[in-house]
Amino acid sequence: MTDTSKYLSHLELGERDETFLDSNELVINMGPQHPATHGVLRVILKLDGEKVLGTECVIGYLHRGVEKIAENRTYTMFNPYVDRMDYVAAVSNGLGYCEAVEKLLNVEAPPRAKYIRVILTELNRIASHQLWLGTHALDIGAITPLFYTFRDREEILKIFEKYCGARLTTHAFRIGGCQYETYDGFEREVKKFVDFVRPKIDEYEELLTTNRIWVERTKGVGVISDKDSIALGVTGPVLRASGVKWDIRKAQPYAAYSEMDFEIPTGTHGDTYDRYLVRMAEMRQALRIISQAVEKIPEGPIMAKIPKVLKPPVGEIYHSIEAPKGELGYFVVSDGSTQPYRVRVRPPSFVNLQALDLMVRGQLVADVIAVIGTLDIVLGEVDR
Amino acid sequence: MVAKLKRQYGSGIEPLTYLGQNYMVVDRSLIPEILQVLRDEEQFDYCVDITAVHYPKREKPFDVVWILYSFPRNERIRVKTMIADGESIPSATPIWAAANWLEREAFDMFGIKFDGHPDLKRILLPDGWKGHPLRKDYGIIEQDKEWVQINLGIESGQ
Repeated sequence: MTDTSKYLSHLELGERDETFLDSNELVINMGPQHPATHGVLRVILKLDGEKVLGTECVIGYLHRGVEKIAENRTYTMFNPYVDRMDYVAAVSNGLGYCEAVEKLLNVEAPPRAKYIRVILTELNRIASHQLWLGTHALDIGAITPLFYTFRDREEILKIFEKYCGARLTTHAFRIGGCQYETYDGFEREVKKFVDFVRPKIDEYEELLTTNRIWVERTKGVGVISDKDSIALGVTGPVLRASGVKWDIRKAQPYAAYSEMDFEIPTGTHGDTYDRYLVRMAEMRQALRIISQAVEKIPEGPIMAKIPKVLKPPVGEIYHSIEAPKGELGYFVVSDGSTQPYRVRVRPPSFVNLQALDLMVRGQLVADVIAVIGTLDIVLGEVDR
Repeated sequence: MVAKLKRQYGSGIEPLTYLGQNYMVVDRSLIPEILQVLRDEEQFDYCVDITAVHYPKREKPFDVVWILYSFPRNERIRVKTMIADGESIPSATPIWAAANWLEREAFDMFGIKFDGHPDLKRILLPDGWKGHPLRKDYGIIEQDKEWVQINLGIESGQ
């Protein structure tokens, strides 16, 4: 916006003063209590006027030792804890964990359970993206999308509530399948929701896609190239917006995704605007997957035959899924007892946040807010 | 690929498969070299995760695990090595930039030192904290009482 040196150039500044200006670096502290850091993220910014010279993230304010807790609980008891990491996409967390333990036990969920999993996970993806869009737009200065997205997200939470009784930390799945059969009229309600929300996504786009303020604030902001994204381990919509067509649902399908027909939306510039477009397209693809899954959902059991007490054989497994924020992986080590020997969670938000420094260098302070928003981090998952 | 590496490095590498997932146990001395080869020649361009597992009864109690993925090959591999308590391991930050925070977390939780890491310090726990909570000898309700009393002004965090 304002290049301060331009305004000062008419002053006759001696050499010393010039260096004085150059060295006039300011270190400011943003957060941990700051509405635009999406929780308790603290960013230390080194500034030259309004230009960002460098950043450092201070995290861990929400650290609860989830991985330590896992070692002191049985496999089944740990299941609800994973919902508390990325609490806006609790269903995805549960899916990743359940599938990892199923792999370790060498059992497979029945087809009907897999379809229920796909439907709920994709609904959760939409809910997560809606929450992202609302808060991200709010950070940048558009209040309306927040009301729109929260209004529509409510419908998804109602479906979750009817299915399993919880709205946010759902604990929807169990190791081996699902505990609950779908309620009467589930398919009808999901279909109704798809028809309801499709025009709403167009509505969000009408508000923002060609909005001049939105475009100016997001185009060319927080650019990250495909090479840098891969080197930094960035995944999810952030990676795809940089032009890498990679989605675990396609690359290494899990649940029932191999039977679904959908596309992977990608961007070209790797900027905040492209990431916005990618996520909008992803919501539409999620609707496509949901409609197919509801049409094709098979009859049958929803729980595989697994023992009451889970004792996976000695060994280790890594399983990852495409969570709304990127690759969510579980590395589970079993020592043959009822408790996991080690559960390592590979959180997408944590690794993606590492790219913040690269993305904001040389940009303006206001862009830091936009970039934190566009990375779509959840501090519950960053800190675990 | 594994056969080629095996031929090249001999007994330093032990390739294994469990439940369809490939991993290899590598000698600590071969570590930076193998990781470099995996990235440069075998196209494992994405470092998914770096973590550790603690086996207190073993002579070399720590397993350090690198989980890698290759975009061109659509393949995952895990590299594992064993190290003794207090022994350091070369940092993977020159190979994958993503290793930075992942190694910091492994250091924070297990106290494993990574040589050549640009800024190895705690990441999730506060800087002055004593102890590494994911070690097996660290109890689940254990805490750094001194830190809690000084910094939070309360008797105990439990």
